[in-house]
Amino acid sequence: MARKLSMKDAINEALDQEMSRDPTVIVMGEDIVGGSGSPGENDAWGGVLGVTKGLYAKHGDRLMDTPLSESAYIGAAIGASTCGLRPVAELMFLDFMGVCFDQIFNQAAKFRYMFGGKAETPVTIRAMVGAGFRAAAQHSQMLTPIFTHIPGLKVVCASNAYDAKGLLIQSIRDNDPVIFCEHKNLYGHETDVPEESYTIPFAEANIVREGGDATIVGYGLIVHRAQEAADTLAKEGIDCEIVDLRTLSPIDIDSVVESVENTGRLVCVDEANPRCSIAADITATVSQQAFGALKAAPQLVTAPHTPVPFSPALEDIYIPSAASIADAVRKTMAP
Amino acid sequence: MPKWGLSMSEGILVDWLVDEGTEISVGDEIMEVETDKIASAVEAADAGLLRRRVGEAGEVYPVRALLGVLAPASVGDAEIDAFIEAYEVPEGEDEGEAEAQYEFADTVAGRLRYARRGGDGPAVVLIHGFGGDLDNWLFNIDALAQQARVYAFDLPGHGQSTKSLEEASIAGLAGALGAFLDAVDVGSAHLVGHSMGAAVAASFAGDSPGRVDSLSLISAAGLGEEINADYIDGFVSAQSRRELKPVLLHLFADSSLVNRSLVDDLLKYKRIDGVQEALQQLAANLFPGGVQQTVLAEKIAALGKPTLVVWGAEDQVIPAAHAHNLPGATVEIIDGAGHMVQMEQASRVNELLLGNILG
Repeated sequence: MARKLSMKDAINEALDQEMSRDPTVIVMGEDIVGGSGSPGENDAWGGVLGVTKGLYAKHGDRLMDTPLSESAYIGAAIGASTCGLRPVAELMFLDFMGVCFDQIFNQAAKFRYMFGGKAETPVTIRAMVGAGFRAAAQHSQMLTPIFTHIPGLKVVCASNAYDAKGLLIQSIRDNDPVIFCEHKNLYGHETDVPEESYTIPFAEANIVREGGDATIVGYGLIVHRAQEAADTLAKEGIDCEIVDLRTLSPIDIDSVVESVENTGRLVCVDEANPRCSIAADITATVSQQAFGALKAAPQLVTAPHTPVPFSPALEDIYIPSAASIADAVRKTMAP
Repeated sequence: MPKWGLSMSEGILVDWLVDEGTEISVGDEIMEVETDKIASAVEAADAGLLRRRVGEAGEVYPVRALLGVLAPASVGDAEIDAFIEAYEVPEGEDEGEAEAQYEFADTVAGRLRYARRGGDGPAVVLIHGFGGDLDNWLFNIDALAQQARVYAFDLPGHGQSTKSLEEASIAGLAGALGAFLDAVDVGSAHLVGHSMGAAVAASFAGDSPGRVDSLSLISAAGLGEEINADYIDGFVSAQSRRELKPVLLHLFADSSLVNRSLVDDLLKYKRIDGVQEALQQLAANLFPGGVQQTVLAEKIAALGKPTLVVWGAEDQVIPAAHAHNLPGATVEIIDGAGHMVQMEQASRVNELLLGNILG
């Protein structure tokens, strides 16, 4: 039965249900139990934002607090996945990936290919992404394009609680390494979520809103900003279609192309920095595949090419806003 | 503004289908309304002269808002203006109360979701078809509940009921129907079945004739061998919106009814653990290669129960010609409707159902 659940609770429920269903699923990361051995409340904190709260009490030693060494425990998770476990490792902030580049890019992403399909790496790496949390330049980046660049990795970024649960269960059951990105400013966002387990297949974009005048493409937090923009534009007589990509690798480019063939206008929105972003990638692909359908030059709305500012005033204008998305759509509508 | 289903709180008046000054009969399509779940024509519940179109096309109105005024020509314009001025949207039941109208029964066939409406009158049980759920009766349950005590439930493997099937067969599902009746303490009932649900009703009637007061079979399975294998196979195998949407077009005469919400809701159902297996088992056992394995026509005829057969003339899933395979039944084939005739021509179907139930 469906009931309202926050994205944080939906992720927790997905982990809980998969751990109950499959004894090979383990969860590891920094403070995901809450500092094993510390007394009282600290022992059950469940990660920096409490996403894994309560799982230790239920599943015990299948959750492991790791040392502060991403190189070590991400490597260990990947190794364990090749030996029959399905680890879900929490990298806390995706910004910390730098110290485990080799483990992710050169090992996990390559095993299936280099061992001729004989090795599988069913590991899920969960990590928080995105700005707006007042967490400064080293904890706020949207680094999704770095991962989509690597063949062999799957990259997921949910915009709501329903999608987060279904995509995380799919990620855990998938036999390839998945980078599961969680926008920290969406943890409190609620939608209807079924109690039962379910999976959402990869490369199946969600048409959040149908419209015939312009196509807005995005993922994660941006989807909500796009909806605000579409509401504003509807009052001006501009009907927007919104495509929530859900997964960035593999990507459902067919749904984007199909939509643009209908609307003739494309606005790609990305919280990532502009160079080699998901937005740039989609714009290039659509320009190639649906050039004849385009009635105007595609528009890109991204973060600027700067680090995420710590100043709250600057951070707020760093993230693409509903107003900037609406402006970009108006630009495509101009005669 | 009508209320279609528990979650509807407002709707968009897409367009009027009649002009002011039109004499309206019950069942006439008077306006198009769209909700976040469904788009459909609204059929007039009352007859009369449409004096005023109050609702404007393209605007959003809460449920029970005043959209138009019917009045005889003798009523003055000033009186109508005063009525519109004084109209207040009636308070509905509060959210919590509405939620509670979906209930769950723990039965020997597992946990089954159901809705119960209406107080007095004969017991009526609505049984949906393959891949459906109790919301397939969205446009019927309230109309029937005005004169009956109506139950609609999700069969095992469907909706929000248990996804495990003890026996993936018509007889197995009929067993679940019996378990449901026991759980809600209904001795005998008028059974209304759609598609596969009609075969379930008929099978149950054959095994327990004393528990069935009448049969109403809509676009029924079980009356002949043919069934559209492309539809069944396509529905079972579709994993994405793009795969599922063309399959669903088979269900309706009016293809515009297959909107984004309908497709999304069905995908949400199909993604739940256990559903794929349940649908595959049922399809393989009931309709392998486009041939229905359970044909009950003779058995039903022998029961001698009041039996109504309703079909949409444009049914693309099960041929409407099967309606004539049941001697002794009242047969009604409705134009302008497909397999989901109870949704597409709800008023007419409701009238026929009440006729069969109330005798």
